[in-house]
Amino acid sequence: MKRLLMVLPLILVLALGALFYGSLGRDESIPSALISKPFPAFELPVLGQDGEMMTEKDLQGQISLVNVWATWCPTCYVEHPYFMELGKQGVVIFGMNYKDDEAKAEKWLADLGDPYTTTFVDKVGRLGIDLGVRGAPETFLVDDKGVIRYKHEGELNERVWKNTFQPLLAELKVEHGGGQ
Amino acid sequence: MRWLSSFLSAVALTFMVAVPSQAAIDTWTFENPEQQERYYTLGKELRCPKCDGQSIGDSNAPIANDLRGVIYEKLQAGQTDEQIVDFMVDRYGEFVLYKPRMEGKTLWLWLGPFLFVLIGFVVLLVVIRRSRSTGPAVVTELSDEERERLNQLLGKEHGRSKES
Repeated sequence: MKRLLMVLPLILVLALGALFYGSLGRDESIPSALISKPFPAFELPVLGQDGEMMTEKDLQGQISLVNVWATWCPTCYVEHPYFMELGKQGVVIFGMNYKDDEAKAEKWLADLGDPYTTTFVDKVGRLGIDLGVRGAPETFLVDDKGVIRYKHEGELNERVWKNTFQPLLAELKVEHGGGQ
Repeated sequence: MRWLSSFLSAVALTFMVAVPSQAAIDTWTFENPEQQERYYTLGKELRCPKCDGQSIGDSNAPIANDLRGVIYEKLQAGQTDEQIVDFMVDRYGEFVLYKPRMEGKTLWLWLGPFLFVLIGFVVLLVVIRRSRSTGPAVVTELSDEERERLNQLLGKEHGRSKES
């Protein structure tokens, strides 16, 4: 008993050490405060369509991704081919061009391909603040009622898609009365 | 005369280069000093969502810049500090607060240190009480068997030292 008490501090220190060491490599993204909340209201111009506007209501009606991107963001460049791939698979993706130059954004889509159903422009980043965007890229999963179900920070690639998005999509489909 | 002019221009240059080194400089106009004070306090209390180690007031990150703008706008619109902090938490989560709120999830953060101090005191009390009840170290008598063994060892020692 006494011996156990003597080694107890050592065990505690080792346990704390293990905990802290384990936390070092942990994913630094913070969970979004907006999960399970409706997509914030907005009315923003559609990229490349003079005078046309898009609102949060246009997100309703189908499960979709909202991808926050910009031409100044190197990781957006990296993940772009995978969005092209997802687009081909029939995933509905909305682009949110974030604090960017519209001419550059149009050129980007013309050069690299356009995986987005619609791209709307958040020039000043005000919707970005309402969405709790920390930087680009970020990708929101929005259900058919326009409610945010998940947010991914950083590059979306095949691994993230398979491990995180696909299980969530499967859940959503069950929720809405069986598969489609 | 030449040295004087070069000296003077050197002095002038020094003052031109010496720009006050403040982290983030904005040019807002406040309605009153009290509002300005609140602006700076909020900037200090809120953490920049992108750059973990800096406050919104300190950071030059674009997002911190935008959020300072939001704070300013909301102050001008007459919102309370609480409303502004709530606005930030609704969007960026508890993460933006340098001082976490006291509630279920964060309770151990607040009470943990006191708990550890309490445990320390309990251990200290137990140790003190125990050493008191035992009193000074007691010299126990050796048993016959032990004495014999002691003599044997000492004898050996003596024997060896004689030999050498």
